[in-house]
Amino acid sequence: MPHDDTKGLSRRGLLGLAGAGVVGAGLGVGGAFAVNGGGSTSTSNDVASTYPFFGEHQSGIITPAQDRLHFAAFDVNDISRDELIELLRDWSYASARMTAGQAAGEYGPAGGPYDAPPDDTGEALDLPPGGLTITFGFGPSLFDDRFGLASKRPTALIDLPKFPSDALLPELVGGDLCIQACSDDPQVAVHAIRNLSRIAFGRATLRWSQLGFGRTSSTTQAQTTPRNLFGFKDGTANLRAEDTEGVNEHVWAASGDGTAWMAGGSYLVSRKIRMTIETWDRTSLREQETIFGRTKGEGAPLSGGSEFTDPDFEQTGRDDAPLIDDASHVKLAHPDTHGGAQILRRGYNFVDGNDELGRLNAGLFFISFQRDPETQFVPIQLALSRNDLMNEYVRYVGSAIFAVPPGASSSSFIGAGMFDLA
Amino acid sequence: MTALSPRFGYAAAATVAALALTGCVPNNVGTTAASNTITVDSSATDCAVSSTEAPSGNLVFSVTNSGDQVTEFYLLADDGLRIVGEVENIGPGITRDLVVLAQPGEYFTVCKPGMVGEGIGSTPFTVTDSGADLSFSGDIAAQVEAANANYKSYVKDQIENLVVGTEDFAAAYIAGDDDTARALYAPTRVFWERVETVAESFGDLDPRMDLREADLEDGQEWTGWHAIEKDLWPEDAEAGFEAYDQSKREALASQLVADTNTLYANVQELEFTLDQQTNGAIGLLDEVASGKVTGEEEFWSHTDLWDFQANIDGARVLYDGVRDILVEKDADLAATLDEEFEQLQVLLDAQREGDGFRLYTELSTSEIRAFSDQVNALAEPLSRLTAVLVL
Repeated sequence: MPHDDTKGLSRRGLLGLAGAGVVGAGLGVGGAFAVNGGGSTSTSNDVASTYPFFGEHQSGIITPAQDRLHFAAFDVNDISRDELIELLRDWSYASARMTAGQAAGEYGPAGGPYDAPPDDTGEALDLPPGGLTITFGFGPSLFDDRFGLASKRPTALIDLPKFPSDALLPELVGGDLCIQACSDDPQVAVHAIRNLSRIAFGRATLRWSQLGFGRTSSTTQAQTTPRNLFGFKDGTANLRAEDTEGVNEHVWAASGDGTAWMAGGSYLVSRKIRMTIETWDRTSLREQETIFGRTKGEGAPLSGGSEFTDPDFEQTGRDDAPLIDDASHVKLAHPDTHGGAQILRRGYNFVDGNDELGRLNAGLFFISFQRDPETQFVPIQLALSRNDLMNEYVRYVGSAIFAVPPGASSSSFIGAGMFDLA
Repeated sequence: MTALSPRFGYAAAATVAALALTGCVPNNVGTTAASNTITVDSSATDCAVSSTEAPSGNLVFSVTNSGDQVTEFYLLADDGLRIVGEVENIGPGITRDLVVLAQPGEYFTVCKPGMVGEGIGSTPFTVTDSGADLSFSGDIAAQVEAANANYKSYVKDQIENLVVGTEDFAAAYIAGDDDTARALYAPTRVFWERVETVAESFGDLDPRMDLREADLEDGQEWTGWHAIEKDLWPEDAEAGFEAYDQSKREALASQLVADTNTLYANVQELEFTLDQQTNGAIGLLDEVASGKVTGEEEFWSHTDLWDFQANIDGARVLYDGVRDILVEKDADLAATLDEEFEQLQVLLDAQREGDGFRLYTELSTSEIRAFSDQVNALAEPLSRLTAVLVL
């Protein structure tokens, strides 16, 4: 039966949120804390800014990288294909509301039937939208025989190979579904994941989730390059939203790529990279700069220039040794080393408390978007895992890959094309 | 300088810069000029210094390359020849600091764009007497040379022992005498671990000899010590793991022996600079911190404490080699390092059992935590050694 997504949550979704079988009214009716959504702005850090949920592409990819992340991977329960579709409809409905600065459900956190729990958890009450984006993805395991989707698995959605120096923890790997929530306010991002998890109870359960602070790359030219927890600028050479040609070539899947329903989508790879920052902090500045191939202060390539000067891998110094080491991070990750392959990086720093040895459980939650992981992400990661001087100070503990479908129209839902419902 | 205890008194110049930053200003470490910082502009035609005079003590020359060739900057003694301090490989547009502990006297500053020839912009530079006591007794150059010679002998000796031990281990393993092979495993690896930073510096040999299973990539053949370790201690292996057959045993063992002999040949002509020795010590502590304290190195045999002790042995040898020089330059740091080495050894000695150690899996969480804390307590001051000695 056709289902108009703007009409509200399914009864089951409402059960998750409120337990009251009320059929919703439209967007923008309730929203006790609705901050005027307005149009999107392109300025990150403008707390009142919003980005549209519906559109050709999902937001949260070339959107100017917000400062905070809550990323979550889910496993789908033993439900039917129709129930999965209903979950995606419900998620789309609530996401459209939350990204517009509204409550997850129509009554909001402080309204509705007095004997029912509120249909929004409330911690985003009084907070601005903070540029919230909510981006959905589908893992390889979703395309097994449970939902009749095996024939829909995108050819580019590969199973990642085992990379050398992977020390993956099974509980931090994979997932049927993922949600990336980004905002300039950490509580707004958490609010999104929390409410979407609640909506999913009984249909999908949280497999792992990750908080991130401090974006580690810029996705627009206006953004300054941030620093990772090694103290170095990260993502200087990242693809930028303004580079339409580059984004079309390297980020967005096209209908001719082999999976028509993915046109306008992308592929997300996440890698949780633990940094042994205690030992890193004991290394000399000489070694630190050699490992990166850039200066720590300005971020200039060691071959000279300033931050955005192209590295010159031929430039030699004393004893004709290259100024940029062949095993440095900038050399191994550079497009020139991989036949021009580029990725759009959108990672975040994390500190998850400390481990049992009193070391900060710190690192980089790497996220990259690309059109074809096999020819873009995999060769870059292989080169890094094999030879990167940095490997002594990092270990890869989490890993996942997801097909990020194209954006939905306002009358549809995320992933509709996969069910031939678009 | 009194704000920090001697233990955390980082090189004086750096401390001045860091303390100047504690106000509400953007963090801009490295670009805030300390009072004793002299800026140098190395251009295509000149080597312009912001001052030609400074008081004795720590001096920072902040050298900016404004030319278009890779440049170098030198502080030369009054004969215009002997190098007091240098910073090399400065790419165009890049700024890098030279920190020197300068005695009163006459010097020359000179830049060398293009890294060839006599250099340009040679300028007299005077260091006035600030009253700070910077005098050293003894001949530091001779001590450095002696330390280098001693460490060369040590490395060769350890690898020689490794060759002999590996041959015995391989013979027992091939013969199917697993009890003997297991008994020889940890005591033989000690010779590798003592000089691990040197042994692993041969990029092609290290992965063949010492790779852990977790570090393999898809399709890569696993050889070396740890591949054999798993076969000898299969208790924790995954379901379905099959003991190696005789031909695989022979292949692994003979390759390990051959690689060890190659390693032996490779180390015969090695020379070690002072900073290679001191950085080697910190490198060994890092090996302990990232592999042994966590029990990841000897994943199957759990003999991590043998390796732990061997890494510390090697670091101690490196430290002892330069300790006399350190005592003259920074007696407080030497006292701290002596104390922290001793404390770590107390912890290790408490875990001795027979000729070896308890297994990693027998350690309590608090014992492991105590090891980790003490490794940090030693490694943090040890990481200052290079800068103190080469200044």
